[in-house]
Amino acid sequence: MTTSVFFGCTFIAFGPAISLFLFTIARDPLRVIFLIAGAFFWLVSLLLSSLVWFIAVQISNKENASVQKGLLIFGVVLSVLLQETFRFSYYKLLKRANEGLMALSQEDAMPISIRQLAYVSGLGFGFMSGAFSVVNILADSLGPGTVGIHGDSQHYFVSSAFMTMAIILLHMFWGVVFFDACEKKRWWAVVIVVLSHLLVSCLSFLNPQYEGSLIPAYVVMCVMGMWAFSSAGGSFRNLKLCLTCRDKDFLLANHRPR
Amino acid sequence: MAENLANVLHEQLSEGFPDTHRNNSGEGADRRRVVEGVDQELNGQPPSARPSQRLESEEDEDEELTLKYGAKHVIMLFVPVTLCMVVVVATIKSVSFYTQKDGQLIYTPFPEDTETVGQRALNSILNAAIMISVIIVMTLLLVVLYKYRCYKVIHGWLIISSLLLLFFFSFIYLGEVFKTYNVGMDYITLALIIWNFGVVGMICIHWKGPLHLQQAYLIMISALMALVFIKYLPEWTAWLILAVISVYDLVAVLCPKGPLRMLVETAQERNEPIFPALIYSSTMVWLVNMADTDAESRKKPALNSTTPESQAAPSQSTQGPDDGGFTTDWELRQQETLGHMESSEETRRQVQEMPSARPPAIQSDDSEERGVKLGLGDFIFYSVLVGKASATASGDWNTTLACFVAILIGLCLTLLLLAIFKKALPALPISITFGLVFYFATDNLVRPFMDQLALHQFYI
Repeated sequence: MTTSVFFGCTFIAFGPAISLFLFTIARDPLRVIFLIAGAFFWLVSLLLSSLVWFIAVQISNKENASVQKGLLIFGVVLSVLLQETFRFSYYKLLKRANEGLMALSQEDAMPISIRQLAYVSGLGFGFMSGAFSVVNILADSLGPGTVGIHGDSQHYFVSSAFMTMAIILLHMFWGVVFFDACEKKRWWAVVIVVLSHLLVSCLSFLNPQYEGSLIPAYVVMCVMGMWAFSSAGGSFRNLKLCLTCRDKDFLLANHRPR
Repeated sequence: MAENLANVLHEQLSEGFPDTHRNNSGEGADRRRVVEGVDQELNGQPPSARPSQRLESEEDEDEELTLKYGAKHVIMLFVPVTLCMVVVVATIKSVSFYTQKDGQLIYTPFPEDTETVGQRALNSILNAAIMISVIIVMTLLLVVLYKYRCYKVIHGWLIISSLLLLFFFSFIYLGEVFKTYNVGMDYITLALIIWNFGVVGMICIHWKGPLHLQQAYLIMISALMALVFIKYLPEWTAWLILAVISVYDLVAVLCPKGPLRMLVETAQERNEPIFPALIYSSTMVWLVNMADTDAESRKKPALNSTTPESQAAPSQSTQGPDDGGFTTDWELRQQETLGHMESSEETRRQVQEMPSARPPAIQSDDSEERGVKLGLGDFIFYSVLVGKASATASGDWNTTLACFVAILIGLCLTLLLLAIFKKALPALPISITFGLVFYFATDNLVRPFMDQLALHQFYI
């Protein structure tokens, strides 16, 4: 419960996301706008799911702890489904807006490609999701207190931070795969995205047994990362060329000598 | 009084279109002049002969540029709005002075700590009504003063209110920050700091200064004003005032007889910029001193003489009576000493082809860049909403974040509408509506859900 815990957990949770934002999104105003719009869509989905949960809690028996826990689990599942629904509706909205923009400007190229939009919207969802999950916890970590004094896990802060990082990156990968699947009308891929989101959320029910929730979440994240990479056009060959600085197109585009 | 002043001219959003400011050489008029010059060069006909064709091509270029630069304008406004909100939220969270109950303003006389809920509601409605009527009266007063050209009174009013904000409120703010962090400070150093801060602020806002410094000062005074509102407005009154003022904003800017619309139209008719002390502009305004009309007329012949003229005689005859201050015997004397000097077409073209020194006041790197303007009142009320959310919400940071995103999305939508309708629009209604909806929804619905999830460490 010190500033080092605060800074450590903040950087663990938001480090990759903020670096991605600074290096790839911050320079382009259009991407920033779509990122914030993605965050807004996630927020609206959360609002609707909390509304349903709240109503369910009000009409249920508030004394019964197991009923409340059951309602919470129901709330989590509903929230996941609503998030994916809103991801789909954001995709539809972006398609329609892009078509409108193209018709209006009479240019051949869209100002922003659907792949960039997938990445940016996924990251927007991730930012908002991560922020809502972890910011209050981080604020509490600055104040006085002892972790786990009543017998709870002592790794609460660190595990929250790692889980948040996984969730943010997962949202980004889900965004890329989802939009790509919608573009190519591969509905089985969409179903797999929804199911993997449900899997990661339901694994968190195993907390505080972090081995059961964190490790599978990271495995899912790596798998989804590789899938997103290949659906965005990457391959082993591309990766090798990029890492050994021999990718001619990339070098040309960035005006760097080989 | 200072509060009302900042309230008065706030809710407008206008874009400096060269079509309406043809004689202003800021914000893209350079490009427009070059286009006109090329047209004249090609045909040798006076520009009035082909108005429709030029208008069409201008409209197409307008559309393309609007789309291309629309996103840039949104970000140019996102950054200062975000900065202002960050300053306000950081102050609220750290300096406890602004969340303490130390009484109320005289504009909101009814207290809110009453026994019954009904009494509290009634008191807050009365408070909001009084505040809104004060704002309406002040706005009408300002419009009347502007219409009857009482510029000195308006200037005096603005100067007194900026003095109050820059010296007195920032002195209090600095004092409270020192108290919070237990920093000792002597009065001499404090006087030096406040004096320098205030004087540089007055110069930057009311006269000339580097663009970023002026923008920074405008953000700071908006934040100070918002903090005052957050401290002295009780809760229900604050939310009610926010709701009512966005309705008022809608009415005042869009109705044909609305005061703010009349103000904007009068300013456009007279080709003057609206007071720089009340508007945040993302690019430099060319004419900084609005009351100096001599400077304006003297600039006109200077500008016209740089465009290449294919027909010297007719266009020169329109400028005949205005000799720019050069009397005839001055010219005779100059011709005696320096020989006969008269610019002909070739010499003018040669001068035109030389790299011309840009007038120093234009600081935008891109000559095609047009600025967007947002009233300071909009900054203030956005920050009041987010600040109140962070001060009073039990959901803490979630509510603050939700309101922040809602306000930014509202601003984005407003700018989208601005790009479509191309006239001054109220910036408050959409953002404040989203902000209020998200505040109440997040505080009452999302907070218990997220609290339960965090307790069990479930992730969604």
